[in-house]
Amino acid sequence: MQPHSRHFKANAEAALREPNLQAALKQLELGFVAGRQRCYEALPEFESLRDRAKDILDHTLDNLDAYLLEYEARVIESGGKLHWASTPLEAREIVIRICRDAEAKTVIRGKSMVGEEIGINDALEAAGFEVTETDLGEYILQLAKEPPSHIVAPAIHKTKDEISDLFLEHHRDLGFTRRQTERSALVNEARQVLRGKFLAADVGITGANFLIAETGSNVIVTNEGNGDLTSTLPRVQIVTAAIDKVVPTLEDASLLLRLLARSATGQDITAYTTFTTGPRRKQDADGPVEYHVVLIDNHRSEMLGSELRPMLRCIRCGACMNHCPVYGRIGGHAYGWIYPGPMGSVLTPIMLGLDEAGHLPNACTLNGRCETVCPVKIPLPRLLRSLRSRQHLQRQNSSLARVALSLWTWVALRPRLYQMLTWPAMSLLSRLGLKRGGFRRMPFASGWTRVRDLPTPQGSTFQVLWQQQQRGRK
Amino acid sequence: MTTAETTNTADSPHVGLFVTCLVDLYRPSVGFAAVKLLQQAGCRVTVPQAQTCCGQPAFNSGDDRHARQLAVQVLNAFEEFDYIVGPSASCLGTIRCHYPEMFADDTGLLPRFEALSSKSYELVSFLVDVLGVEAVEAGFDHCVTYHDSCSALRELGIKSQPRKLLASVSGLQLNESQGTDICCGFGGTFCVKYPEISGRMAADKVASVEASGADTLLSGDLGCLLNLAGKMRREGKPTRVYHIAEVLANMADCKSIGEGDD
Repeated sequence: MQPHSRHFKANAEAALREPNLQAALKQLELGFVAGRQRCYEALPEFESLRDRAKDILDHTLDNLDAYLLEYEARVIESGGKLHWASTPLEAREIVIRICRDAEAKTVIRGKSMVGEEIGINDALEAAGFEVTETDLGEYILQLAKEPPSHIVAPAIHKTKDEISDLFLEHHRDLGFTRRQTERSALVNEARQVLRGKFLAADVGITGANFLIAETGSNVIVTNEGNGDLTSTLPRVQIVTAAIDKVVPTLEDASLLLRLLARSATGQDITAYTTFTTGPRRKQDADGPVEYHVVLIDNHRSEMLGSELRPMLRCIRCGACMNHCPVYGRIGGHAYGWIYPGPMGSVLTPIMLGLDEAGHLPNACTLNGRCETVCPVKIPLPRLLRSLRSRQHLQRQNSSLARVALSLWTWVALRPRLYQMLTWPAMSLLSRLGLKRGGFRRMPFASGWTRVRDLPTPQGSTFQVLWQQQQRGRK
Repeated sequence: MTTAETTNTADSPHVGLFVTCLVDLYRPSVGFAAVKLLQQAGCRVTVPQAQTCCGQPAFNSGDDRHARQLAVQVLNAFEEFDYIVGPSASCLGTIRCHYPEMFADDTGLLPRFEALSSKSYELVSFLVDVLGVEAVEAGFDHCVTYHDSCSALRELGIKSQPRKLLASVSGLQLNESQGTDICCGFGGTFCVKYPEISGRMAADKVASVEASGADTLLSGDLGCLLNLAGKMRREGKPTRVYHIAEVLANMADCKSIGEGDD
């Protein structure tokens, strides 16, 4: 999708005025947040699992080259093909080439964020393939021509009414002439439409929640089973995955799976957890004839060599955005690309550049709720702060803020001057605002006073009053 | 620079009070309340004159050079004391958690910052956790609700300590609000950079304070309190807003934050 992260402020302000979105976002605390809390309380070893998960992933990242090569060798041994892609463009070209070589016409997709990251749908459609998303949320968004607004629940911003309208508009020609309003009827209608797509598809493309180095397997978790159909029914299967998805062993993946659904949706485990290894073997009754894995870097090796390395531990559970007070007010689209919330505010500036996504690391109160729930203990506030340092060093932050802050620091580094300047300023402010108790407007502080009063200071400063008191005692 | 000092007993713990710039400029009464609480608990309190800002605004804005300069100023002013204590989890969180991080590569200064970090405390947690204070001598005939600042809750692990001391204030009833672990929308420069988002967060917090039935809002961080008091004033809410130190020191007889003459 065309990023619009640079318009974050305007996007966010529009989102705050969108009643449907606001109603949908209220459900986050009640649904995902409460669900995770229930899981957390029910699992005594939750905290120790977080520590072990972090250790597993840190070890993997320390030896990523070796594990990727091991994974590649196992994929090839099992009869699959592995393709390396440095950039989204390379990844798209590889996928399109595989589809063309297979003389495919129709492609179905299982939900995958890296697929969104490389923009695979648009590229396939432009190359003449018919592409269908099979995850219900993603399917809804495909009909609505919208990007996901949440990495786990992509259509969380859509109301049931909007979905009823969309289905009627797009399914009428397929014989579904009644506008369905019940949840189950809507799901059933989508299921019927999608079933035909599954059976007719030439190529199935999924992502991967994990790649297992010791077996060459990929793991996907879904609640709808669409991922399984996407990987088993078409004659060609393509797995698109980023290089940070690899873990050493099945044991490691099992541990991470215990944290993933609990952190994401508040489920002990998702309805489907599927391990796939290579193409159909002679003795297999079904499965794809061709099995391809496209491994994508897209700035990840750059992150590996920087202070942002911990971000590569991310297992895409979405807990950080579920618990983020900013995401909870503005939703995912305001962030302007496919990764929203705290994790997106780290990833987007790396993948699109700070010129495009400079707002994101700043649109955070550093309240730290994300870090406390992250199942792999990514220090998100610290990473966001370090992106701010990069901005500061590259002079990419606002010049007014820089000047104001430099001035403040210059004065604050001179305590005598600070005291000489602050005492009269506070005394004056206090006198001016005495009656009302606060200011409705204040020059140079319109950001504050636009939405709240600036309370009146008491007058004088503690330092001056304290010194007076001490002198009085002597 | 001269150093203003009060004495308790000569061998009592010697505390350097980090007033914080917000308290210094906005609400000196919180500083006096902190001094009173520390003295009552048996400390010798000194207020170094060479203190201003802890550097958090610069640090959080990515201006690491200036943040480090201010950190060194704090180090020089406070490392001689047994403890550095202040009425703000946000500032003390910076000193305790982030100063060592800022100087991680500076082998010369890091040990000094680690030492400073290990003796730095937010006021209320210092009273309870270090000095073992169980109760205060104060009265406040109001129904209050307590806002946990994010730095208190998540950087310094402060949740039970303020509630413990509030329980000892005679006449005070504590009604908990919903969502006490959710940020009020202050966030330092965030609140002026993204006022609309910040304002919505503050409005939601104000609504949960109102729903608690409390007539007074307390917290341990003046940043949150100025944000919330300002929002309450803008929305015409009658809720009174105080720093917890003012109530614990029995000094909440002054005007509440944002209170006018009308």
